Amino acid sequence: MEITFQTVMSQVMLGLNNGVFYAILSLGLAVIFGLLNIVNFAHGALYMLGAYVALLGYTTLGPLIGMPDFHLNYWAALLVAPMVVGALGMAIERTMLRRLYKFDHLYGLLLTFGLALIIQGVFTNFFNVSGDPYDAKPEILNGAVSLGFMMFPKYRLWVIVISLAVCFGTWFVIERTKLGSYLRAGTENPELVKAFGVNVPLMITLTYGYGVGLAAFAGVLAAPIYSVSPVMGAEMIITVFAVVVIGGMGSIMGAIVTGLLLGVVEGFTKVVYAPASSTVIFLIMVVVLLVKPAGLFGRES
Amino acid sequence: MKKGLVTACAVAALAALATSSFGAGISDGVVKIGVLTDMSGVYSTLGGKGTQVGVEMAVKDFGGKVLGKPIVVIGADHQNKADIASAKAREWFDNEKVDMITGLLNSGCALAVQKVAGEKKRITMNTGAASTDLTNSACTPYSVHYVYDTYALGKVTAEAVVPNGGNTWFFLTADYAFGHSLEANTTKFVTKLGGKVLGSVRHPLATSDFSSYLLQAQASGAKIIGLANAGGDTTNAIKQAREFGIDKKGQKLVGLLIFDTDIKSLGLKVAQGMQFTSGFYWDRDKASRDFSKRFYAIHKAMPTMDQAGAYSATMNYLKAIKAAGTDDPDAVMAKLKSMDVSDFFAVHGKIRADGRMVHDMYLMEVKKPAESKGEWDLLKIVKTVPANQAFMPLAESTCSQVKK
Amino acid sequence: MNKILWAVLIGMGLLAPFVVYPVFMMKLLCFGLFAAAFNLLLGYTGLLSFGHAAFFGGASYVTGYLVKSVGLTPELGVLGGTLSAALLGYAVGSLAIRRQGIYFAMVTLALAQIVYFVALKAPFTGGEDGLQGIPRGDLFGLIDLGRVYTVGGSPLGLNLYYFIFFMFCLGFWIIYRTIHSPFGHVLKAIRENETRAVSLGYQVERFKLMAFVISATLAGMAGAMKSLVFQLASLTDVSWHASGEVVLMTLLGGVGTVLGPLVGAFTVVTLQSELSSVGSWITVIIGAIFVVCVLLFRRGVVGELSRLLKRPL
Repeated sequence: MEITFQTVMSQVMLGLNNGVFYAILSLGLAVIFGLLNIVNFAHGALYMLGAYVALLGYTTLGPLIGMPDFHLNYWAALLVAPMVVGALGMAIERTMLRRLYKFDHLYGLLLTFGLALIIQGVFTNFFNVSGDPYDAKPEILNGAVSLGFMMFPKYRLWVIVISLAVCFGTWFVIERTKLGSYLRAGTENPELVKAFGVNVPLMITLTYGYGVGLAAFAGVLAAPIYSVSPVMGAEMIITVFAVVVIGGMGSIMGAIVTGLLLGVVEGFTKVVYAPASSTVIFLIMVVVLLVKPAGLFGRES
Repeated sequence: MKKGLVTACAVAALAALATSSFGAGISDGVVKIGVLTDMSGVYSTLGGKGTQVGVEMAVKDFGGKVLGKPIVVIGADHQNKADIASAKAREWFDNEKVDMITGLLNSGCALAVQKVAGEKKRITMNTGAASTDLTNSACTPYSVHYVYDTYALGKVTAEAVVPNGGNTWFFLTADYAFGHSLEANTTKFVTKLGGKVLGSVRHPLATSDFSSYLLQAQASGAKIIGLANAGGDTTNAIKQAREFGIDKKGQKLVGLLIFDTDIKSLGLKVAQGMQFTSGFYWDRDKASRDFSKRFYAIHKAMPTMDQAGAYSATMNYLKAIKAAGTDDPDAVMAKLKSMDVSDFFAVHGKIRADGRMVHDMYLMEVKKPAESKGEWDLLKIVKTVPANQAFMPLAESTCSQVKK
Repeated sequence: MNKILWAVLIGMGLLAPFVVYPVFMMKLLCFGLFAAAFNLLLGYTGLLSFGHAAFFGGASYVTGYLVKSVGLTPELGVLGGTLSAALLGYAVGSLAIRRQGIYFAMVTLALAQIVYFVALKAPFTGGEDGLQGIPRGDLFGLIDLGRVYTVGGSPLGLNLYYFIFFMFCLGFWIIYRTIHSPFGHVLKAIRENETRAVSLGYQVERFKLMAFVISATLAGMAGAMKSLVFQLASLTDVSWHASGEVVLMTLLGGVGTVLGPLVGAFTVVTLQSELSSVGSWITVIIGAIFVVCVLLFRRGVVGELSRLLKRPL
């Protein structure tokens, strides 16, 4: 393809669009990792679950509860889905993950891998792998706006804006508020924080719930763009892992910035040499590992 | 302990020896038909369980028995993975005594299964996959390609589009055997008719986000964006093209392989006016309507060409067994290739030496919402392309079964 | 371990094709060797690789290519595939051992993903269709591996089976020797206490890398064998699901036991084939086994057994 300003900018915009999903997912992983020291393999599956909560809330919830005219609309889904998935996450933390803290952290990875398979398998069984359309996109976000170099769908623009707001909101809470300071202290030294009378186990549960809630939020955002499919998370999670390795799991800001950046790099690669676009993130990971093994924003432990 | 075990194994081996049996007429006392297709994935709506329904209907209509022996239908999901498909086929032939496999949506899977079937001397009647390789370089004495192929799809559609001003093309191609074959065949006809192909981009099977591919297509400036893909990929691409306003800028999307179920999922409002090639339409004549209504009563959807083709293939396979008086693959194939195929599905049908079943093909057009009188009243037949013009001439086939 | 057990196992292996569907049996052997090779790394060195499919699947592509397109004999094809896995193992290993624990797992996963994309895009791999129609060829140019003997009415590909069985025994023997060598004892020391191993003067990095390469090589050998059995190299075997499956096999059978991976692999593969009719519920079942193993059953089948018998198995 010819490299023109127009083609580069359009692909970069699309890259940014993907990038906000990377950012929001790797942010959730980073928050969870910070406090629980667990790499949450189920993150992709819970992202998918969020999309399904939105889809089912719109299509089948009404008939199920005997109110065929009831549809959970998009805005409500943006709130409900993270809450449902967050609650599920907290249940998982309380009943399963909690038992593993005294063992090697790898068991946390393996457990969540198993959970990811279960969730994905259940949905594959009931829904079409190729995806079902989510038609509840609000009227106001229909259509496209001209950015000069391209027509960009309004909805995608909204996704970029709201994702950035959520990411930086989370960063602000963790880095700049009192609640966040407990969290950070809990990461550094849970015993000491406990001694100050903070309920650390509860804090851990809530953190896990918030982290996976973020994933579900991203799932709802993704639903109108991509079709809702049982494998949508599985495709995403590996890339997000690479993003996390590149950023280093130490910092919240690192996760956000790396996610955005890599989305854009990926988009740019599509213009320069399209076949490499799906590997470019992994290649960058190799380079980062060689040069700075702890990741761009990571601290060496 | 070791001795006991060895003895046990030896006994088991002997038992296996003893149970061997050879029968005349129908080998192993049963005719088994395997439906191996995409039961859960991107093509499951247009094939899937519906294909098995078609086969089961045919068996029932035939009377459930052939030459006095029962007919059994089994089904499996190949998940669009060639390795799963070929392993399943191998197991079916080796262990389950399956005599014929049909369905086989997905060219990658079909090529793998046809290869195994050829080695094991068993019949495949392919109703789903489209690659022309199946009747050319990969053909076997036991392979039948029943419904459509990328040659016919490309030819009929290109002949409808190119002379009407659609003379520059850009392809969005599913990145596996089927997409490659469809792109190559269509390119041939576009060029032959004086058109020009400006480029193409390949996407993985079951892509959810086509935006970056569509932008590449847009940047190419081609008048026609040819979709060399199928099923969910085609409908996703069409929907997203609208999202980015591509069709508003004078570029037109042309689906090269479209099924009724795709139109259903797109809706007439989005799809109206689109033209494409099909091997069957349920509302063509009385015979096709009668069959389709019976099919609908079971499956709750009108049959696609793959599903209707599976019925027809099974029916003619059973007829051939009856006529040959045996289910021996060589004898059955000889009968199949000598008889005329004429039923609600195929008009002027004939199975050639290369395994290609040629029959009339149709250029279809999607109705406007106002023209539609019912949920499944989706299409009209614009043109009927006779069997001998729609498919690749036998003389051009590189199949080893064609005597030159 | 006593000799009688080994003799019985080998005897069973030799007689198996007359009782069990040979293709299925060969699949068991391939995955058994794959899991055993993986266990060398996880069980005896304490490194969790989440990207071992790269070696298994990668080698099956290389073997397929060598046999099909270059026209090598099968034993050379397997050798080539195995060597390629060794090289790849060296490359991946040197990068991955720069990190530890969870990071190590994620790095191997991501690197394996590069191999996956190569398998998807490289000109000789057939992309989504996989590398199809790999001939079985003549062993040493003499023995036809595709030859089918009719025993009791059922066709048995015995030549191929015994070739695969021999390769399996060879691979397993290498693993067994490695575990029980002084080298293996150092690995165990690293697993138990890396800092102490360093302070004893061992070059831990080098030992880890060696273990990684051996494990990758044998995983590759298993993949090379599989491509001859199924005459196909496909994306399934390089995907991260395959990497996850081998972890499960090892975990289920018993991490750090000699026979555990075999038991695990046999169980998982049998489950998959017996339950293939339930469709995608199989993924749910596999996931559930994973969860149960991690929560309640971390020693695995053979691990528990050996605890009961109070002797290593």
